[in-house]
Amino acid sequence: MSEMILRGKVHKYGSNINTDEIIPARYLNTTEAAILAKYCMEDIDKNFVKNVKQGDIIVAENNFGCGSSREHAPIAIKAAGVSAVIANSFARIFFRNSINIGLPILESTEAVKAINNSDIIEINLNQGIIRDITKNKIYKSQPFPEFMQEIIKSGGLLKYIK
Amino acid sequence: MGSTITEKILAEHCGKKVVKAGEFVEPKVDIVLSNDVTAPLAIKEFRKIGTKKIFNRNRLVLVMDHFTPNKDILSAEHIKFVREFAKEQKIKHYYEGGNVGVEHVLLPEKGIIASGEVIIGADSHTCTYGALGAFSTGVGSTDVAAAMATGKIWLKVPNSIKFILKGKLGKWVSGKDIILYIIGLIGVDGALYNSMEFTGPLCKKLTMANRFTIANMAIEAGGKSGIFIPDEITEEYMAERRQKNYKFYTSDKDAKYIKTIEIDCSKILPQVSMPFLPSNTKAVKNIKKTYIDQVVIGSCTNGRIEDLRIAASIIKRGKKINSNIRTIIIPATPEVYSQALNEGLLKIFTDAGAIISAPTCGPCLGGHMGILASGEKCVSTTNRNFVGRMGHIKSQLFLASPAVAAASSIKGYIATPDMI
Repeated sequence: MSEMILRGKVHKYGSNINTDEIIPARYLNTTEAAILAKYCMEDIDKNFVKNVKQGDIIVAENNFGCGSSREHAPIAIKAAGVSAVIANSFARIFFRNSINIGLPILESTEAVKAINNSDIIEINLNQGIIRDITKNKIYKSQPFPEFMQEIIKSGGLLKYIK
Repeated sequence: MGSTITEKILAEHCGKKVVKAGEFVEPKVDIVLSNDVTAPLAIKEFRKIGTKKIFNRNRLVLVMDHFTPNKDILSAEHIKFVREFAKEQKIKHYYEGGNVGVEHVLLPEKGIIASGEVIIGADSHTCTYGALGAFSTGVGSTDVAAAMATGKIWLKVPNSIKFILKGKLGKWVSGKDIILYIIGLIGVDGALYNSMEFTGPLCKKLTMANRFTIANMAIEAGGKSGIFIPDEITEEYMAERRQKNYKFYTSDKDAKYIKTIEIDCSKILPQVSMPFLPSNTKAVKNIKKTYIDQVVIGSCTNGRIEDLRIAASIIKRGKKINSNIRTIIIPATPEVYSQALNEGLLKIFTDAGAIISAPTCGPCLGGHMGILASGEKCVSTTNRNFVGRMGHIKSQLFLASPAVAAASSIKGYIATPDMI
């Protein structure tokens, strides 16, 4: 597999960030990624869309993405420019949806504990290594099974099965 | 080493003798479900695969229940898009308009779901069907698109947590109180990735309505599925409704559980989940007096005829809904609506000053038909009370049973039925 390196500024959140906060139902009358991106994280952080830059990374505590099955949530995050999400744990449907649409996600409690908001970090997806450039520290995450990594790299499940 | 009911159902659908927790498998699915929020995305993705026909036109169920009756132009366009797809693919189970109901009440009622099946749905509350002893789990739109083409789904066989329910339920205590209590006990990620298997002597006495309510909220504890071991009560329900053969599975005595939790349900009092997590559960009698603005009785959690009967019995006793409260009653399906009409329940509600809505998910997800303003509080029989779930981010949602919701609508504050 070729190396996949992601780099960006951290936007840090707490536990149980749910799909209603990531993309509220009032915007679910569209499936357009660019429109969904405009409202990403609106109910938890109304400045998120203004602050986020291409490549930035969300870091959160437990159970990220809990709630609905709405795939609009990871789609909105990806289309807002976020290159990856790191959390202690992910809610299971959000986990599936992220893999299926090709949004890289990683689990690492040591990284979540140490990384602060606005740190610049770099992720080596193949090795599951997270490097905090600001703090000059390195953390490990559990790499996903190879087939999941391949799905992410293909850009999602459907591109992978084709 | 024996197997759990979940492992057995998945093994059978993989054509294997045994599968074990932790294994990645690709079972055949019996029913694939999607709704007006998730189907437009699923259909778009399905088109990208290039397969012309779906794997089986009788096994995809499309229910237009979230933003119907169409709440705005964009939603109407979405539904038109799904309707055209349903016609093109000659989908047998397409529900919209006069035959639509809240999906997780509608599918079992129509006999579309059978015990022993594997069901996936692009709706998180798909776990409801575990009440019938099926393996049933929520997925996303892309999963549904792939399953529409292949009739299969990739999954990791879940570990199981065994909940042994014991004791006798107190007056006005229902399945809703049991599941809110459990979520309060283990937290919103207490069953993350796991199957919640409900068993124990009390289960044999729980009605199907209560079992559906309990399995429905497994996702609120992070569960992949909730499941009951089928018995005579399941048999009776299936015999009346079935459209196809069904199969009862059970867990082996030496099956492996990662945890076993015993709950004496005699101790459970009417519960309420305080904002902003379903796990912020308290006994109603232990909270301070909380005045409210709205009551919602309905949804895939509590919109069944049994729920409306309980609510009507309390509202009848209280005679009038408090003048400060908007009370919205949503029979979950046309069958529930018509039963409530025949039993005189709708008259009790309207005479008391409640609003009767057409079957819809509507307010539960802050879609339409009962949105809250800033600062407003609502007691709802629905399943989630996250920030902004039913409207403004400064509104507050309190989850409770139909009995507590009905009592609160009379009192004007969060109340127990024995106060009426």
